[in-house]
Amino acid sequence: MPNLTTNETNTNAPKTGDKLRKLLAPWTVPALAVLTAMAVGAILIVVAGGDPLAAYLGMLDGSLGSPRAVSETLLWSTPYILTGLSVAFAFQGGLFNIGAEGQLALGALTAALVGYSLHLPAVIHVPLTILAGAVAGGLWGAVPGWLKAKTGGHEVISTIMLNYVALNAVTFLLAGPMKDPAPGNVLARTPLIDETARLSPILSGFRLHWGFPIALAVAALVAWVLRRTTLGFEIRTVGANPDAARYAGMKVGRTIVVSMALSGALAGLAGAIEVSALNHRHELGFSQGYGFDAIAIALLGKTKPAGVVPAALLFGMMRSGAPRMQFLTQIPTDVISVIQALILLFVAADVMVRRLYRLRGDGERIVITRGWGS
Amino acid sequence: MDYRRYGFIAAIVITLIAIVTNIGAAQVPPTAIVSSMIGTTIAVATPLTLGALCGVFCERAGVVNIGIEGMMLTAAFTGWFGALYITSVLHASPMLGLLVGVLIAIASGALVGLLHAALTVSFAVDQIIAGTVVNLLAAGLTGFLNRQLFFGQGSAFGGQIPRAAGVLPRVRVPLLADIPLVGSVFDQQPIALSALVLVALAHFVLFYTRWGLRTRSVGEHPRAAAAAGIDVLRVRYVNIVIGGAIAGLGGAYFTLESVPSFEPLMTNGRGFIALAAMIFGNWKPVGALSAALVFGAAQAFQINLQLFRESIPPKFNFLQQSSVVGMIPYLLTLLILTGIIGKTTPPAADGVAYDPERRT
Repeated sequence: MPNLTTNETNTNAPKTGDKLRKLLAPWTVPALAVLTAMAVGAILIVVAGGDPLAAYLGMLDGSLGSPRAVSETLLWSTPYILTGLSVAFAFQGGLFNIGAEGQLALGALTAALVGYSLHLPAVIHVPLTILAGAVAGGLWGAVPGWLKAKTGGHEVISTIMLNYVALNAVTFLLAGPMKDPAPGNVLARTPLIDETARLSPILSGFRLHWGFPIALAVAALVAWVLRRTTLGFEIRTVGANPDAARYAGMKVGRTIVVSMALSGALAGLAGAIEVSALNHRHELGFSQGYGFDAIAIALLGKTKPAGVVPAALLFGMMRSGAPRMQFLTQIPTDVISVIQALILLFVAADVMVRRLYRLRGDGERIVITRGWGS
Repeated sequence: MDYRRYGFIAAIVITLIAIVTNIGAAQVPPTAIVSSMIGTTIAVATPLTLGALCGVFCERAGVVNIGIEGMMLTAAFTGWFGALYITSVLHASPMLGLLVGVLIAIASGALVGLLHAALTVSFAVDQIIAGTVVNLLAAGLTGFLNRQLFFGQGSAFGGQIPRAAGVLPRVRVPLLADIPLVGSVFDQQPIALSALVLVALAHFVLFYTRWGLRTRSVGEHPRAAAAAGIDVLRVRYVNIVIGGAIAGLGGAYFTLESVPSFEPLMTNGRGFIALAAMIFGNWKPVGALSAALVFGAAQAFQINLQLFRESIPPKFNFLQQSSVVGMIPYLLTLLILTGIIGKTTPPAADGVAYDPERRT
């Protein structure tokens, strides 16, 4: 455990400078990865005929330059925190959940269904709407877990296939059985959910809603479950070494199903909050690829909740600042996707970053997978 | 064991073809439908076969490659851009443009393969993460370049959308294409035909040549291979780059053979279905082809069913919804992956980075 080593070395090196360096050490590589990705992004912007400094300043202005910009940044960060937690949670259990996008879509769909078809007082309706989304996402996530536990079908492929199944199912339902029957509606979308099913904004005049503090609370909860509960211990043990876990008497198959279900529930929660607090309905294509960005967020955050939150905030900044950047410099917002992919590249290939900046030491390796066999 | 697998595949393909033939029989002669279904199946299976072959080469050498999707997407874009540039800016003939486009696609696929090799072999990045990096990078870059090169102010075409060079023409293999019913297998566009040839070639290379033996030994037991004097890292590099080139050809299918246009994210998960085909095919070229045919048949089913949607019996009205039929290939993939038709065994060292300086 990193804490132990920190304490040990601190007795030998009591200087505050060293203490600070030790404290910052886990953040060095991710921070440098972000900087390097932005530098490469700058080259891309120059090649595209833009001014990188102006572009990045525009992004900063668009994400933090005004109270409204901050509100939008936190708004973007909310689904990122939850989907990032979803992917990170699965990683802790040794599972790669690429299915967050599908789980999110079904969570949103179910939340919308509960939101517009039931009519209840707000005290019950809001939590029910959000929980229904989480349950739907969890059930969808449990399927690949079950497949893996029972048949060994690898979750990387089954979650991707389930994404497409979910997407087709959602398309079918939104265009048919669940389509908003309002006269004149030609869009594939559900009716608006009841007022009683909506999460309200935190401050009037801003779009930022209570979903954001909920996401932070969920992050704390996930951290607690992983670190302090038996279930979390089992999940991490199975993730680290399934054979050892089996030898120690843990039910590996059951743990895999539970990990995937909880991971799916987090993604479903993200979708439900988007519906309940922001869009107030499920509309086809509302997700901006949250489930895929979540993979980069989870890895940037070193698959731990305490890392996922700042990583999600960073991605939220990029997304909320991108329109302002495009408005000021005509650089298409697509460049953000490239920078995010580059961040993932440099985080994954930390050896590259370490060599580039002449860093000593070997970072803790994130071992995610052991091929197709396990 | 393999026979059971092939029997299962034949059953699915025949069932799908039979359903469409039944539904469309009132409008078109059954033999014509069967022939057209077989032709469409082969065509749709092309990128899946090539993607799966890419996977076979990488994983036989012990490197998991989930970046096939990104390799194909990159190649689809570069090939498309190259063909357009050559025909509309350099004013070459469309045929030349298409052929050079294919070559560019193959080269860019190999280049992405090199990136995957560098990440997995040299930097020992978790191989599934490396593949994800490749996929996200390809999606981001092609989306960005697509907008910048075609629609941006300083675009290569002066902000105008250039005229497409069309798609590669059909090639009829003499004699074989005249066989009744199944002749349509040999009446295909060039990339589809080359996919069939490449399967045979890959089978020969992997199982009957020295290079193939070395590749397989590196995938099964790199340390033993190294002890026998094989340069493990080099074998891995070369195989991943070869795989990338093959995936690049598969990418060219999308923009130069299937439709004359590029859409962001147009590979649409085909790289992952290819991966599933590779697993189902037990890491063998012929097995991969046969599995690709199942997905090809499922897609051909969807396409052809749309043609005859008026004749679908009322009881099966839901089949008129393209989003319902659209699930079939993915559900089939899931079904196949659950291993109901026997377990598959990956190469023993698949997914494990090899460090020559460590003794384990």
